Amino acid sequence: MPSLAGLFFWMNIKLDNIKKLDVTKPLKLDCGKTIKDFPLAYETYGKLNANKDNAILVFHALTGDQFVTGTNPITNKEGWWVTAVGPGKAIDTNKYFVICANVIGGCMGSLGPKDINPVTQKPYGLDFPVITIKDMVKAQESLLEHLGIKKLLCATGGSMGGMQLLQFCATFPDKAFSAVPIACSSSHSAQNIALNELARQAIMADPVWDNGKYVLKNVQPKNGLAVARMVGHISYLSEKGMQEKFGRKLQEKADYEFSFNADFQVESYLRHQGYAFVERFDANSVLYITRAMDYFDLSKQFKGGLVEAFKNQKTKFLIISFSSDWLYTTKDNKDIVIALNASGADVSYSEIITDKGHDSFLLDEPEFLKTLKGFIDSMYEKFKNEKRI
Amino acid sequence: MKNLKMKKEFKVIADLLPNNTRVLDIGCGDGSLMHLLKIEKNIEVRGLELNQDNVKECIYKGLPVIQGNAETELHQFPDKSFDYVVLSQTLQAFYEPEKVLKNLLRIGKSVIISIPNFGYWKVRTKLLLFGEMPVTKTLPNTWYNTPNLHMCTIKDLFNFCDEKNIIIKKVVGVNENKTSLIRKSNLEIKNLFSKVGIFLIS
Repeated sequence: MPSLAGLFFWMNIKLDNIKKLDVTKPLKLDCGKTIKDFPLAYETYGKLNANKDNAILVFHALTGDQFVTGTNPITNKEGWWVTAVGPGKAIDTNKYFVICANVIGGCMGSLGPKDINPVTQKPYGLDFPVITIKDMVKAQESLLEHLGIKKLLCATGGSMGGMQLLQFCATFPDKAFSAVPIACSSSHSAQNIALNELARQAIMADPVWDNGKYVLKNVQPKNGLAVARMVGHISYLSEKGMQEKFGRKLQEKADYEFSFNADFQVESYLRHQGYAFVERFDANSVLYITRAMDYFDLSKQFKGGLVEAFKNQKTKFLIISFSSDWLYTTKDNKDIVIALNASGADVSYSEIITDKGHDSFLLDEPEFLKTLKGFIDSMYEKFKNEKRI
Repeated sequence: MKNLKMKKEFKVIADLLPNNTRVLDIGCGDGSLMHLLKIEKNIEVRGLELNQDNVKECIYKGLPVIQGNAETELHQFPDKSFDYVVLSQTLQAFYEPEKVLKNLLRIGKSVIISIPNFGYWKVRTKLLLFGEMPVTKTLPNTWYNTPNLHMCTIKDLFNFCDEKNIIIKKVVGVNENKTSLIRKSNLEIKNLFSKVGIFLIS
């Protein structure tokens, strides 16, 4: 078992061998600071056709990365959206060219708090500027330019990916022919912020965190980070789904141990998820990305509110929510639909009935995947015809 | 069979709609009417549909559809945001048809409503002669499983519009493949011989 420091060192070597765009254009961040000459790590799947009309941009969620499908070369695990993206899948990489970039503030090769601050020649830690969803999206626009894609066939993403997508459509109204925001919201609710704060406080309460300076010592506040991840995992499942999956089942034992070990399967599950996470994710990145989500409020950016945000929208939308998602509820998603309707946009909406909660978009949920595929395929036919005219 | 019967009604509705308009189809089903309007009249269509499979079907066809319940979710559409709102054979199934109708008139500059006519002679005879709730091609369900809560006749809806100061622009009666214009002068007879009534109101 390698030490954590060793693991990070080894991860960093691997991170040198992935696709990165050096974004030279200065990016003025919402916080007022400017970043330039920064790396944006990305991955692509499938082939861009000659007409360049088959490109689909995927935005990843809080703990996701650019490795959407296949095997993630850094973790050697399956890509996070292998259920939906790949050859013959709903987003068929035999047919479409799929692009995904690691968000700035992340830790999978794009500029983030564990990178070297050119001013101090030391890792940023908390000197890293606070970033927003809008900053993330603007950084990714450079990638489309680099790949020579004027208009995407479709852009999609779930959870924070959906928020990036809404921002993308509001900021660049003519960059996507169609868009599928999934299980997201146009602004973080008090409950959303509270859950993120819980995750941040768990990290900050770990003495190893040391005001974010752990990066200088090549260690990781793994206890705090694991708890932060556990909070997330609870919010991704529905009450019913959790009850069905775990109930009161005990973890490989006949009776209670009368101790604080993981007696229950649900405890064991949370611990496993928590401690698996610390091996692939940077604690400070969690702070920065959750902050970006909390600051997200699309209607605040536009004087006329959400309706104004979607004014003159030519993009064709499909909003999808999941009935048992209590993190980004059906109502949150419907509010987006209402705003799009009010602005006269072309919008479809479907609520998938499932017990699997927010996580549904990552799972093999047939009704969801069929709807996604049906929409994208029909949009491709339309887009091709439109381009021909 | 349902589809065949529907097609005549859809053709009548399509004929009532001018080209290049914006139309909201409430209870759009699998999108057959929306598809027809889009292809033949270049109409910008939107649909509202409750049933998940129907929603999926519309999405496969590339037709914009919102999954939702017309009884409770019409508030999401702004005032006069559509040239026409179409409601095909569902008015009678709402808990509060009057409220729904009011909403349709708010959303659309004009509204097209079709109803299965409870005044059709076969429906009347069934009740009058046999003393049983009528089951016909247009009203295929029995009393205990019908979704229809507020059955009405063409005459009823005619009078209702008059009472509520709703402007009736045109009423078309449909019987099998025949259609005819309904006016106040021929209302009694058409109410007896039309299976379906289609109202254009505002």
